[in-house]
Amino acid sequence: MDARLLQQNLLELIRRTSAELPADVIGAIDKGWRKEAKDSNGKYAMGVIRDNIRLAREKSQPLCQDTGTIICYADLPDWCDEWTFVKAYEKAVVQATKVGYLRQNSVDSLTGKNSGTNLGPGSPSFHLHRTRGKSLTARMMLKGGGCENTSCQYSLPDTRLGAGRDLEGVRRCLLDAVHQAQGKGCGPGILGVCIGGDRGTGYVAAKETLFRKLDDRNDDPELARLEARVLKEGNSLGIGPMGFGGSTTLLGVKVTHRNRLPASFFVSIAYMCWAFRRNGIVLSEGGKITRWLY
Amino acid sequence: MLLEAPFTEEKIRALKVGDRVEITGLIFTGRDAVHKYLHDGGKPPVELEDSIIYHCGPVVVKENGKWVVKAAGPTTSIREEPYQGPLMEQYRIRGVIGKGGMGPKTLEYCRKVGAVYFHAIGGAAQVLAERVVDVPGVHLAEKFGSPEAIWEFQVERFPVVVTMDSHGNSLHAQIQAESQERLGGLL
Repeated sequence: MDARLLQQNLLELIRRTSAELPADVIGAIDKGWRKEAKDSNGKYAMGVIRDNIRLAREKSQPLCQDTGTIICYADLPDWCDEWTFVKAYEKAVVQATKVGYLRQNSVDSLTGKNSGTNLGPGSPSFHLHRTRGKSLTARMMLKGGGCENTSCQYSLPDTRLGAGRDLEGVRRCLLDAVHQAQGKGCGPGILGVCIGGDRGTGYVAAKETLFRKLDDRNDDPELARLEARVLKEGNSLGIGPMGFGGSTTLLGVKVTHRNRLPASFFVSIAYMCWAFRRNGIVLSEGGKITRWLY
Repeated sequence: MLLEAPFTEEKIRALKVGDRVEITGLIFTGRDAVHKYLHDGGKPPVELEDSIIYHCGPVVVKENGKWVVKAAGPTTSIREEPYQGPLMEQYRIRGVIGKGGMGPKTLEYCRKVGAVYFHAIGGAAQVLAERVVDVPGVHLAEKFGSPEAIWEFQVERFPVVVTMDSHGNSLHAQIQAESQERLGGLL
């Protein structure tokens, strides 16, 4: 395997993820822009967002200066071991930081020192799996701090919300989360939701479900109904783009579930900002990109 | 409307919630580390009187010996809520640019001091970087790292919306209350 080619392709994955939004996200943003009232500050915000998407792509520069937590999911076939992949990925990250596709964004939590390279304990955040398939799939997501700080977790039942351990309880949590977020998470936002799991797996699954496309439909009809309802009701809150007021508060809702302990019922919500940067590549054994996933 | 330096109290007092403003002049970035530093008594390396502070951790690189801003959108402002008001008063800071809005403490100091909160479009790092036409200097970069440093930004027609004014009005408080009422109808 050509490790240098792998590194080069991962660098291109980082560049594109940081500078270009996928088509499904742009489609949802355009739809939101059309919906906002003429001359409103909500419409104005959506207009700036659209200009920004175009400019970032043209200039090949970060869409948002907070290039976020670097979240990497990869399925590794037998021709690529974990060590080789991680080393190539880390080199690509260092290079991407040097040329400005990524901000120096990784800080030692004890000393407060910025590593300057985006490398350090837990950075990037790797989720590696083995595959019996022939090709290597690498997905990435860049999730900024503004929206990550807005993410939250509920433990049901919740007296304040009158939320019990059922889908109606989950709905109440989701609407409350949208209300709590206001414009702070750089809305219009997208909710990645996990029902169940423990506190750790719940949050991981909530983020993972954001890899679903915005215009897809949940395989589970009950969850599909919940997603559609929360999207509609969330938008009816009138929070709008950036919290300026308006009808586009959410661009999407994606719900998944994990088994839980009898004693626990968590609802984990990964709030994603409009700058929903995710992409992925499929590599053939030679290390060439055969397909972009978004 | 256009707001040009110097950012005097008179000009700032004339602004109202909902105004779309384009700022031209020298502004300073400052976020978590800088606010804590100043609040703890650290000496400001720049003149803060009649200044505008931008809550921003930009991507800046050196090209041919010159700083070039690659991305410069706002960061979440509410984290500076404990510090912002007292710093506005101590140094006569006339405005902050950020995103997400700030709380009642800052709103009260805006009224008292004659300052406003400008909301930039979160995530619009490229549109906003384009309006930074020069970077005359940087301070505290060694100490705090690049995103947390004080960057001097010469901006031209930098687009923002006034969401908290010096007359006690906050768009954030208003939207919060209205959406709370709608939420009540859905639960």
